[in-house]
Amino acid sequence: MMAYEPVIGIETHVELTTASKMFCGCPVDFGAPPNTNVCPVCLGLPGALPVVNGTAVEYAMTIGLALNCDIAAHSVFARKNYFYPDMPKNYQISQFDEPLCVDGHLDIDTGDGPVPVGITRVHMEEDTGKSTHIGEGGRIHAATHSLIDFNRAGVPLMEIVSEPDIRSAEQARAFVTELREVVLRLGVSDAKLEEGSMRFDGNISLRPEGTEAFGTKVEIKNMNSIRSLQRALNHEIERQTALLEAGEAVVQETRHWNEETGTTSGMRSKEESFDYRYFPEPDLVPVAVDDEWRERVTARLPELPAQAYGRYLDMGLDGPVAAVISRDVEYGSVFEAAVAAGGTPQMVANWLTGEVTALLRRTESTLAESAINGTALAELSSMVADGTLSASAAKDVLAGVAAGEGTPDEVAASRDLIQVSDSAALEPIVDEVLAANAEAVEKLRAGDGKVVGFLIGQVMRATGGKADPGAVSEIIRSRAG
Amino acid sequence: MSDLADLTLAEASRGLRAREFTSVELLEAVHRRAAMTEANLHAYLTLDRDGAARAAVAADSAFKAGTDLGPLQGVPVALKDNMVTRGLETTCSSKILSGYEPPYDGTAVSRLRDGGAVIMGKTNLDEFAMGSSTENSAYGPTRNPWDPDRVPGGSSGGSAAAVAAGSAMVAYGSDTGGSIRQPAAMCGIVGLKPTYGLVSRYGLIAFASSLDQIGPLTRRVEDAVAALEVVGGHDPADSTSYPGPVPDYRSGLESGVSGLRVGVVTELNGEGIEPAVQEAVDRTIARLEAAGATIVPVSLPSLEYALSAYYLIAPAECSANLARFDGVRYGLRRLGENVEEMMSNTRAEGFGPEVTRRILLGTYALSAGYYDAFYGQAQRVRTLIIRDFQAAYEQADVLVSPTSPTTAFPVGERTADPLSMYLSDVCTIPSNMSGDPAISVPVGLDGAGLPIGFQVMAPALGEPVMVRVAAEVERLAGFDARARFASSEVQ
Amino acid sequence: MPVDIDIAKVARLARLALDDEELERYRQQCEVVLEHAARVQALPTDGVPPTSHPLPRTNAFRDDVVTECLDREEVLSQAPERDGDYFLVPRILDEA
Ligand SMILES: [Mg+2]
Ligand SMILES: [Zn+2]
Repeated sequence: MMAYEPVIGIETHVELTTASKMFCGCPVDFGAPPNTNVCPVCLGLPGALPVVNGTAVEYAMTIGLALNCDIAAHSVFARKNYFYPDMPKNYQISQFDEPLCVDGHLDIDTGDGPVPVGITRVHMEEDTGKSTHIGEGGRIHAATHSLIDFNRAGVPLMEIVSEPDIRSAEQARAFVTELREVVLRLGVSDAKLEEGSMRFDGNISLRPEGTEAFGTKVEIKNMNSIRSLQRALNHEIERQTALLEAGEAVVQETRHWNEETGTTSGMRSKEESFDYRYFPEPDLVPVAVDDEWRERVTARLPELPAQAYGRYLDMGLDGPVAAVISRDVEYGSVFEAAVAAGGTPQMVANWLTGEVTALLRRTESTLAESAINGTALAELSSMVADGTLSASAAKDVLAGVAAGEGTPDEVAASRDLIQVSDSAALEPIVDEVLAANAEAVEKLRAGDGKVVGFLIGQVMRATGGKADPGAVSEIIRSRAG
Repeated sequence: MSDLADLTLAEASRGLRAREFTSVELLEAVHRRAAMTEANLHAYLTLDRDGAARAAVAADSAFKAGTDLGPLQGVPVALKDNMVTRGLETTCSSKILSGYEPPYDGTAVSRLRDGGAVIMGKTNLDEFAMGSSTENSAYGPTRNPWDPDRVPGGSSGGSAAAVAAGSAMVAYGSDTGGSIRQPAAMCGIVGLKPTYGLVSRYGLIAFASSLDQIGPLTRRVEDAVAALEVVGGHDPADSTSYPGPVPDYRSGLESGVSGLRVGVVTELNGEGIEPAVQEAVDRTIARLEAAGATIVPVSLPSLEYALSAYYLIAPAECSANLARFDGVRYGLRRLGENVEEMMSNTRAEGFGPEVTRRILLGTYALSAGYYDAFYGQAQRVRTLIIRDFQAAYEQADVLVSPTSPTTAFPVGERTADPLSMYLSDVCTIPSNMSGDPAISVPVGLDGAGLPIGFQVMAPALGEPVMVRVAAEVERLAGFDARARFASSEVQ
Repeated sequence: MPVDIDIAKVARLARLALDDEELERYRQQCEVVLEHAARVQALPTDGVPPTSHPLPRTNAFRDDVVTECLDREEVLSQAPERDGDYFLVPRILDEA
């Protein structure tokens, strides 16, 4: 049987967190009472004209630069014509043949090393209003009528179009996760999938493995989480594979993802719905970006995950650990603070990705919510390194620090967890344990080294976990020898 | 002049300041004139008697307090009904906007209010400014004050008829392909289309965004200049608004034409122009020469294609601009099974035939597969037209032509043949394509006693030299339409 | 150049519910105008850039500042049909 390779491209829409809308001064403000954030411009009233929000252009440039795009010296807005009741002008002001950012890439890593995903373009446009469908459980299909709120109409929207460089649903997941992290890092969007401030559509086709030509592609819409994107793509891979294996053709169409059934279905579409009659927006003038402006925006770019990753590798971190810390803003900042406070990078990183992560998962909290900070982590890891704390005691100390009980020093003292490695203090305890476990001592003397662990455990129990296992082991061996 | 309604703006402005009469008295005179003429002319769609009365009282107290808000303070002004006025019905002469009361004022309207103007009401136009005769109004046509069996021109026909008849002292219109100049010519008054971007389009209901421009219709060139000054200047709400300072238009009005080069456009003179119109134009050119101007023939070969390009660009832009009239947020709604049917029924019912035709034309010209051959090519032709103008302005300071190939034509004559109607804009369209200013000045009457307009065109922001020549044309023609207004038999 | 318009498709794109007789009339009229307009194709324009704005200008930006919104009642008072604080429309077909 022939094996098929999926060819996937993703279109991502991101709402910007500017103060005002793309073409008018209405606030960008999720959750305002319906139809209050509206003016003649964003309501499409007769006679109103758009004016471009300069900050939105800078935000778009920021995204483009972060995605390694070329910033066009000259870009233009166009009208994309189609009728939809929540789109006030019945055309969307968007960019068409001359977008602001082109030809970039974003690297993703699903474990087999970095894979570059091409970014075709990043362009600016405006969002639509919001329709609520009334009747039959709010489903569009059976609705009797719809109610429209235009608050969201005109919110700045960036469309990020990838090249069809993605080869699996897993890579697609990695791509949007990485993209979301980039956008968050840039501070240009809150990228909340549940509120629709980040949304994506997928294009997918299959081709026989080893071939170059593209198969017939299908567009999938209505995926409102990263998980549903992955599920929808996997479903579509299965569906298209089955079609091809049965010798049937894939129909080029737009399909709608249904979260409940876990399937996609074809949408009723007419031939003219693709005839958008784009033409240059005569109400707006072109955007011209000179070197000076581009450089100014470039200089303000924060460090991006990929750059942080490279820097962490240079600091000596292992790849997987560096990957985790570089992709999470909070982890990154705690890590940087810990290193600045004198922590050994690899050790601090191990704590963050190991024990700290496990603790947060157990307590269902986030790093920001916990009292763990860089200084505490540096202190904790050095207490382990110099033997002040045993590995197990350190976990308790960490829990105490996270709960706000104080610095690691204070928690270790108050919980009485300072490790005992002083042989003068340990010898009497070891002797007591050996005396109580004659049988084990016998085995040890007969050359059965496995019982050492058991005996150490007994000492640890007797000391409430404070004994230094290394020191105890040495005493045991010297006594038994 | 016995009747205040027949004053020029300059005369009214002086009289108000000299306290010879009040704004309230001026308004009463103009209202009396409207009461006599409206039944025949139908220049107005809406007369806002209360709003105007309040504004006149306010202007009088401002005069009393010594406040001077500019040349329109206390002056009765009419607005074409495609200029958005807060709380005052704004219909664009379309059924689709019947009863629509906008929640805001356009920029030009705000500036008029700030300048103390007395806004009389809203004048009739071809629906959405599409037409050349003011016959395409859902509320009935406007008639020409010089002969009620003839059209006043269009699309600002209501504004032109009101100023000509004395039922407004000054009116504003919009000019997309000649819609200020052509009706001004046909009604024997002055009509000025400024440089694209000089007057904000914010609050002008768009027909073709890259061509539309607001401008004044007045009885005198100096009045047009004053009326332009009040509404002109940069507006941050219009991205295509000209950002620099507004030039000084006035200082050259008395300077004459000595030493200026006047270019006679070969392509817009002679062929296709009614003999009486061409004679009047030739006579005017001869007078300009006698007054010291150098007359130079200039050729702009691509003007031959201007009309064709215009009838692709304007409908294309209008097809998008008028998409917002869908029965969702304002205006007419017709029922439908679903939202698509509701929109389609609303639009079919709400738009008249000319608007429907242009929407169809524009939709086709932009649609996939035809864009490059039609819309794209028209835009490239537009570039060539602009280049031709630039070359012509190397040779001449201003260009001249008839404003319209004919004088006012009979009502109904061209409604059945869209193309013949479109041809009446052949001399005015080029300046819209280039974005340059142009003005029409009345220079005489034809054998039937109908006014003839003379067009002066200038390069972008060339208003100072344009009005300088226009003022001289006006002096040389010695045409005073007030004789007509005063003895009007139209009443 | 003779022009052949699929007028029914164009009317559908433009959301104009026209009957057959109207469609035919508009088709004929539009074809006459378009045949005239198609003369633009006679002019050689190789290497000529298109003009979409008569006056060249770039970068007309607005500061990212919030300005006053319209009063909701004033806005909704113009709505052909409303339901509470919303605009009401007939059902939307799930296309596009
Ligand atoms: Mg988009
Ligand atoms: Zn707004």
